[in-house]
Formats: sequence, structure tokens, C-alpha cells
Amino acid sequence: MVDIADKTALLGDLIQNSALIKPEIMLIIWASFCLLVPKDTRRWVSIFALTGLAISGFSLYWTYGYQGSAFGGMLQLDAFGAFFKILFLTNAAVCIFMSRKYMDIEEEQSGEYYCLILFATVGMMFMAAAVDLITIFISLELMAICEFILVGYLRGNRRSNEAAMKFFLLGAFSTGLLLYGMSLLYGLSGSTSLEVIAKAMEAGAAKNPLMLVAMITLIAGLGFKIAAVPFHMWCPDAYEGAPTSITAFISVGPKAAAFAVLFRIFLSGLGPVATDPTYLRLLSVLAVLTMTWANLAALTQTNIKRLLAYSTISHAGYLLLGLIAGKDNGGVTAVAIYLFLYAFMNLGAFTIIVMVRRKGLVGDTIDDLKGLVTKNPGAAIMMTVFVASLAGLPPTAGFLAKYAIFSALIEAYFKTHYTYLVILAVIGVINSVVAFYYYWLIVRAMFLIEPTDDVKLTFSPGVVTALTVTFAVTLGILLYPEPLLNFARAASNSFLR
Amino acid sequence: MANYFWLIPFIPLAGTVINGLFGKRLSKKVVGLLACTSVGLACLLSLWAVLHLTHLPPNARRLTHILFTWIASGDFHVEFQFLLDPLSAVMILVVTFVGFWIHVYATGYMAHDDGYYRFFAFLNLFMFAMLTLVLAGNFLLMFVGWEGVGLCSYLLIGYYFHKKSAGDAAKKAFIVNRVGDIGFVLGILLVYVTFQTLDFTSVFNRAAGFLVEESGGGVLTVITLLLFVGAVGKSAQIPLYVWLPDAMEGPTPVSALIHAATMVTAGVYMVARCNPLFSRAPLTMEVVTWVGAATALFAATIGLVQRDIKRILAYSTVSQLGYMFVAMGVGAFTAGMFHLVTHAFFKALLFLGAGSVITAFHHQEQDITRMGGLHKYMPITARAMTIGALTLAGCPLLSGFFSKDEILWQAVAGGHLVPWIVVWLAAGCTAFYIFRLLFLTFFGEARMGAAHAEPCQESPRRMTTPLIVLALFSVGIGYIGLPPLFAKVFHLPNVFEHFLEPVWQGPPRAPSAPVTVACFGQSVGNGEGFITLLSILMALAGFLTAWLFYLKQKDWPELLSHRLSGLYHMLLNKYKIDEIYDTVIINPINTISYWFLWQFFDVGVIDGIVNRTGQIMRGAGRLLKNIQSGYTRSYAAWILFGVVAILVYCMR
Repeated sequence: MVDIADKTALLGDLIQNSALIKPEIMLIIWASFCLLVPKDTRRWVSIFALTGLAISGFSLYWTYGYQGSAFGGMLQLDAFGAFFKILFLTNAAVCIFMSRKYMDIEEEQSGEYYCLILFATVGMMFMAAAVDLITIFISLELMAICEFILVGYLRGNRRSNEAAMKFFLLGAFSTGLLLYGMSLLYGLSGSTSLEVIAKAMEAGAAKNPLMLVAMITLIAGLGFKIAAVPFHMWCPDAYEGAPTSITAFISVGPKAAAFAVLFRIFLSGLGPVATDPTYLRLLSVLAVLTMTWANLAALTQTNIKRLLAYSTISHAGYLLLGLIAGKDNGGVTAVAIYLFLYAFMNLGAFTIIVMVRRKGLVGDTIDDLKGLVTKNPGAAIMMTVFVASLAGLPPTAGFLAKYAIFSALIEAYFKTHYTYLVILAVIGVINSVVAFYYYWLIVRAMFLIEPTDDVKLTFSPGVVTALTVTFAVTLGILLYPEPLLNFARAASNSFLR
Repeated sequence: MANYFWLIPFIPLAGTVINGLFGKRLSKKVVGLLACTSVGLACLLSLWAVLHLTHLPPNARRLTHILFTWIASGDFHVEFQFLLDPLSAVMILVVTFVGFWIHVYATGYMAHDDGYYRFFAFLNLFMFAMLTLVLAGNFLLMFVGWEGVGLCSYLLIGYYFHKKSAGDAAKKAFIVNRVGDIGFVLGILLVYVTFQTLDFTSVFNRAAGFLVEESGGGVLTVITLLLFVGAVGKSAQIPLYVWLPDAMEGPTPVSALIHAATMVTAGVYMVARCNPLFSRAPLTMEVVTWVGAATALFAATIGLVQRDIKRILAYSTVSQLGYMFVAMGVGAFTAGMFHLVTHAFFKALLFLGAGSVITAFHHQEQDITRMGGLHKYMPITARAMTIGALTLAGCPLLSGFFSKDEILWQAVAGGHLVPWIVVWLAAGCTAFYIFRLLFLTFFGEARMGAAHAEPCQESPRRMTTPLIVLALFSVGIGYIGLPPLFAKVFHLPNVFEHFLEPVWQGPPRAPSAPVTVACFGQSVGNGEGFITLLSILMALAGFLTAWLFYLKQKDWPELLSHRLSGLYHMLLNKYKIDEIYDTVIINPINTISYWFLWQFFDVGVIDGIVNRTGQIMRGAGRLLKNIQSGYTRSYAAWILFGVVAILVYCMR
């Protein structure tokens, strides 16, 4: 029997804890309001959603700097989480900017669309903060379910429906694997809290043969989310079928969120195990497979969304290298930098593709970009910068990202003298060269092939904003990298202190 | 508050951004106003920052401001860092002040051009790069400015890009500068290897621990020689001067700002900035002196017979830069900087005057042999040009006289007699070619063809005002840095020298023995007075010859060119240096590139490897594409296969 005083204390505790997740709560409220927007004022709903994101961002700013756990160790508030939350909010905002006109063209403008984007963002934000298997799983599913619906949002489009169906079925399958791994972890350690799991691992649970199965199923489950080979098959199909704005959305946010979870589980939960060379080698094989497979498969693509899907997969491979390099060698910092910059360059590239879409033209093949330079020289130059950045060329953001990853690997090599770390870096660089070919197919189409029509890109205030922001970051970051580097370092340092 | 001096470069940058992005939609008036205002504000801010600097005690006049860490990679650390000390203070004042008036002038000169906003965006961008160059606190940031001004120079020389000659000239300037930049980059790398840092303050402090390399085999000699290669490229000295005369294809304000007053002096500034390194490498100093002296005379002789009004001034610039290097080489850094300042004013004045003349001819005529008598139509331009010519020629009591005289005297005082004779001869040529230009353009009878029968008019106010301002400064600026001889006469202190004093951190130099000149066994008194007298006589000789040739005995030049036909054509063809470079360097490189590098190596070896690899990769890609069947069940099977494969991998 709980008396009144206890209840009051509980309530006070709840309110205190809730203040810590104010950004998420704000977003939930705003997402729910999005559903209530009357039909004839639909055109304002995107602006409404953006306001929600801005308010959430402000609340995040106010809670930034707080370090500690909330809700009885279910969530962890730290700079690491804050870094990712900002990334998710930015991702959602840029996607909404590019969606506004696009969804008009698709004739699917409605409150639910923005509501789902916001809810997915809430899911990701919780993923970045979750340090308990339960919260990790729930937030991951919140994100995933919103994703499934968004991918199939174009109800009249068969490809969109097919993509959503595949995505959903395979997602369910991978979730099963992930849950299996989580349950094994629980069985081995007797707790769902990553902190307790880590202690149990140190105490000897790691030596249990079942640990291997838990590890592998976890890798498979999370590997699906980040689309690592061979768990990546859904990715090109889902990306191709989804509305382009959603392709952009899911190519950045959920990837980053899955990486945040990957870090939480592997570096804090399974810390003692994950630094074992056996698993590092396993991850290395996965990373090499992912980069190489994706880059080779991308070579023959003609659909630009598919091509960028493979590009996303290959980037996941590079990011895995950061995980292998480890926290102490700047691996976490490198991945944070990489994800942040990748968000801007990738969203920028997708914005251009969104602009190609107009009535009667899907605009998702490389041929649709033919001769863009004579029609919209500014857009063609921006697209060139974005793909150059994706390819990792200086002086764009992509160079800084790749540089961070590779230097983390080399630093790890100097500490441990494992030769495979250098080999990984070399393979990574060779892969960038291969990737260069298919990225430059886009540039070639824009600059060297004569246009077949003179229909220009669809401009709107939204896409112009999205382009300006992404372009400025992609090209400007190397001039003034310090704030990002500091923030990423803070994120890495706050992680499991 | 004074730490806001780092804003100075960014004000023109704001002008670039606004004009570059929105200039197309703005009216010419707004574009011009924006461009001028941004430079004007930068000028005021510079003035304010320098005033603040002068209130500090001399040894504390060294403000640094770190904006942020720019590159941090292992031990390699570079800050985005600005440095304001007397040296950069002098430079920012000159750059922004002269720059401002040239901007004002350009609003008139370019009034009828279609690319108005493009022009001013580039011009402001140049100001940004130049100010970054002079305010940079380390070698790398200086290099950014260095390349930035190079880029702007390229863009502005090729401003009339529809003209093939302009495009070619731009490319030539860019490529020739690359040669110099390689030296500069290597020098910077060697600085890093030697001193483990690129920060000016630390490098120069550490350099103080190095001995003077008398024999000339040490690392400092190599560093300074490499840096000097960079300076030779940027400041158009032998053998890399060939780009500057061609650079006159750009609009005249560009020639005045970039190719006379500011950018080309960057090399001199760099040598002055690195004075702690240079003054510890006597061999390099010797090289600098000789290159400067040779260039001074060489370019001046070419200038004697040229006909294009801007080209004469271009060769004059090359020659005057040679004087500055002579000053640097003999260790008279103050004198070199002083000449840099006065030259910025009077050469900008001369160029703007030339631009005014070209405007009067509606941009159709630049050949001075087809002008004449213009002073009747353009009195202000004529007077301003006369002042500019007198200053350049070294007419006593004008600024050019003081600064050039100081260099000549320092050369003698340092014991460099042969270089002194060379630049002394060059001074005579200078007086001749500039008065030739003046007489042929503004005096005598009009020789315009029928095409230009309509009387030429004076330029509008916004073009003549800068001329007047610059003319006033050309006359007066010399009095801030009077040589000792005149300082005594006028009872004026040499503020310029005292201001710059803390910057020179070379090894202490032994005071040179007082030079007395003995003539036929008899001392003729103070050496400085004697040298000055010789300079004046030489300038007078040049002036009189020009007067005789072009105003009195007008058939003499014709006769002389027949009598000395060989020499005349040699000069007219600029010693055929361009042709020699073509035969000796460019054509062999082209041949090797074509047959070996392209046809054999590129097509045969590289393309062969690349194409094979590409085919293999594409084949692999097609294979992987087939695996992606589109069936959900197959995808799920792959996931399962992945799990099993990993399990097998781990259990083996």
C-alpha cells in the first residue's frame, strides 16, 4: 500500500524527469496538433510542423549541458544524445522544407504526413538517449512504424506500396532477430539496463557461448537498420519507391539513430566484449563487404534514387570503420562528424532531385538531370558540390568526414599495431575511388549531355531554404570547422563517462 | 576594442557576397555604392585600428587575434589568425585608401559596362584577399590571401573574356604565378620542417636562435631563396615578370589597383615580413639585390620604346618593384616599404590618368603615338599626370624623389656599388620614358586619326576626384619618411622609420662607416648629398632628352631608331623574351606532354589500366545487381544467410 507522501514524491519525480525530455514532449504535442489541422488550411501545416521543430530545438538548447540519467536509468541525458537530437531535428526540418511543394505535386498534402515525420523524429530522439533495452526497442519501433507508413505514403503509386510492404515485412523479420538478441542479453545478465549488462559482462557473462549468438543477432538486427551488407537488400527498393522527400528523410535520420543505438549497445553495454579482436574483425569484414558491395552495385544503376541508396549503404560501411577505430582513438567523434556532415550533403542532393519532380515526370533517373547546367546553372553547380562531397573531395564537407574516419583508424593502428586497421583504411580509400565513378555519372549528365527539353526545375521558397542551408554547410564547414569539431568531441567525451 | 581589426577583410567580403548574389537585380548605382562603401568602411576601420596601435608603446605594437583553430591534425596546428603590427598597419592603410579611391574611379570608368556587378564583386573579393594576405598571422593564411589575390587577378585580367587576348593574358598570369607559388609553398613547408610551426611570431622568435649564415649553405638560405621565388612570381621580377605587361588586358582600374598599387607589391611585403629570416641569409640578400637591380634597368629599357600607354606603365611598375627589391636586398627594409607606399600612390595616379585618357578615346585607342595635345581637352587629367610623372621621375621634393633617393643612398652606404650604378641608370630611363609618355599624350600637336576627330572630353567628376586626391598624396606622402639629409633641412622627424622600427628583427647590423666621396683625391663632402645630386642630374638628363626628342627635334627619334635599328628593335620586341621562353621552355614541354605524357603514358598506360579495372568493376556490379532480385523472400533469405555466415565465421 503506497501512501500519499510516496505518491506525491513519485509525481514530483515524474514532473522533474519530464522536464528533462521537454524537447521530445513538445514535439509529441505538436505532432498531435498536426492531425487536427482542418482540411482547407492544409498549406499551413508544414509551417506549423516547422514551428514545432523550432520549439523542440529551443527546449533542447535549454536542457543542453545536463548530464545524468532520467526515468530510473531508462534514458541518459548527455552531449552525445544532444548531438544526435540536433541532427534529427535538422534532418526533419530540411525534409519538411523540401516536402511542401513536392507533396502538392504528388497531391498528398495532409497533416498526417507531417505528423508521422515528427513522430519518427521523436522516436529517433529517444533512440539517441535510450540506455535500456526496453526504451531502445520501443523508440526504435516508434521510428520504424512511422517510416513504414511514410514510405508507402503515395497510396495511388504501386511502387510506393510495394516498397512499403517489403520494408515492413523485412523490418518485422529483423526486429525479430534484434529482440532475440536482446532477450539473450537479458537472460545472460538478468537486466535490461545497459549499465548492469556491462557489469555482468565484466563479471564473466561474456564467456558464455550464448553470448556469440546474442552478439550476432544484435548485429543482424541493427545491421538491417543501418543497411549493412548482407542485411541491406530492402534499402534500394524502399528508397526507390518512397516519395523522394521521405527517401531523403530515411536516408539520414534513421541511419544516424541506428548508429547512436549501435554505439550505446556496443560501446557501453557490451564494452568489454565489443573490444575483443574477434568481434572487431567481424565488424571489419562487415564494413569491407558493405563498402565494396554497395559501391560495385551502384556502378550500373540508372535510377538516381537507387544510386543514392547504394551510396548510403557504402557510407554506412565507412561509418562502421569509425566504430572499429573505437572511442579512445576518436572513432566516436569521427562518426558524429561524419553523420552530421553526411546529413547536409545527402539532403542537399535529394533536394535537387525533389526539384526535378513535376507533373508528369517522376524525375528519378540520371537522364532526367541531362543538361541541367544550361537550364539551371546554379542548381547544377550545387549538385556538383553535393556529389563531390559525397565522394569525399576537398574542399567540401565530405572530405572532412572521410578524413576524420581514416585518421581515427590510423590513430588506432598506432596504439594497437593491428595491421588490419591500416588495410581497412586503404580499402576505404580505394572504395572512395570506385564511388567517384558513379557520383560523376550525375555530374556528367548535368554538364556534358545536351538537354532534351527546356523544362526547368521546380523552385519554391522551401527548397531554396533547404538548398541554401545544405549548400552553405557543405561548402563552408572546412573554412570554419571548429564548432562542429568541439561539439562532436564533447559528444564523444560525455559518452559513458 | 582594437581586436575588432580582424573585421577589416570581411567588410569587402560582405560587399562581394551581396553584389555577387544579388548584383544582377540591383541598379548600377546601388552596386557601385555598396562596393565603395564596403571599402570605405574598411579604410575607416583600418585608420581607427592603426591609430589605436600608435597609442601603444612601440614594443607592444603587435596585436594578434585568433578567430578559431583552422587545422588541427596531430602536431600540425594552424590557427585562423590575424596580426596587426606596424608593417601590416602600413599595408592595410595603403591598400584600403588607394583601393577606395580606385573603387570610386571605377564606378565612372566602368559606367557603360554590362558586367558592372560582376566587376565590383571581383574587385571587392580582391580587397578581401589582399587584406587577408597582409593581416595574416601565419604563413598558411598568408598563402590563402596570396592565392586569393592570384585568383582575383586572373578573373579581372580576363574580365573581357570574349576577347581572346584577355583570356590568354589571364591564363599566362595564372600559370606564371604558379611557378612562383611552387617556390613559395616549398618555402612554407621547409619553414614548418625547420621551426615546427607556421605562426609568424613563433617562427621569427625561433629564427633569432639561428646564426647568420655567412657562407650561405644553411637552411635559412634555402628557405629564403624559395620564398623569394614566390615573391619573384607575384611581384613580376626577372625571370617571371612576363605576365605583368600582358595583364594590361584587364580594365584600367584593375591595372591600377592590382597590377600597380597592391597585389604586385605582395612579394615585397612578404620579404619585409620575413626580414628576420632574410637578414640571416646574406647570400639570399645578394640574390635579391641583383635580381631587383637587373629588373629595374631591364624593364625600364623596354619601357623606352613601347607605344601602348598602359604597357609603358606596366614596365615602369616592374622596374619600380625592382627598386623595392634592391632596398630589401641591401637590408634597407624601411626604404623599400617607403618606396612601396609612395609608389602605390603615384603609380595608381598614373594608371588612373591613363584610364581617363582611354575613356576619352571611348576605349578605342591606347597608342600614344596617335594622341597628343590632350592637355587642352583634359586639363585635370593632364595636370594630375604631370604630377605623377614628376613624382615617378624623381623630381626633387616630391614623394618619389625621397623614397627612390633613400634606396639609392642605402645601396651605396651598404657598399653595393654596381647595383647602385645599375639602378641609377634605370632612373635616367625612367625619367625618359615617363616624360615621353607625357609629351606624346598631352603636349605637342594632336595626331589622332579621322576616327577620333571629335574633341576628347575631360572625364566625369567621380573619375577626376580620385586623380586629384592621389595627386595630392603623391606630392605630400613623402614627408612622413624624409631621408636624414632632408629631415635636417625640414626639421621633420622620420615618423615612418620610427613606426616600422620594431618590426625589423634581424641580427644587429654594424653601423656602416660614413661614406665620403673622394673626387680626384679631394673629398667633396657628405656622401648622401653627392649621391642625391647624381640622382637629380640623371633624372634631369632623362627629362631633357625626352623634351628634346618629342617636343623640340621631333625627327630625332626616327633618325635614332634607324641609326640604332638593331637595338631599337630589340627593345621594341622586349628582348624577345616571350619568344625565347616559347622555344626553350613551352614548346619542349608541349612536345613532351603530347607525345610522351599524353599519347604514350596517358592513353597507353593509364587509360589501359583504368579501362580494364573499370570493365572488371562494372562486371562485378552487374553480378551484384542480379542478386538484387526484387523478391522479399530472397531478401529475407539473405539476412538469414548473413546471420549463419557470421556464426560459421565466429565458430571456426
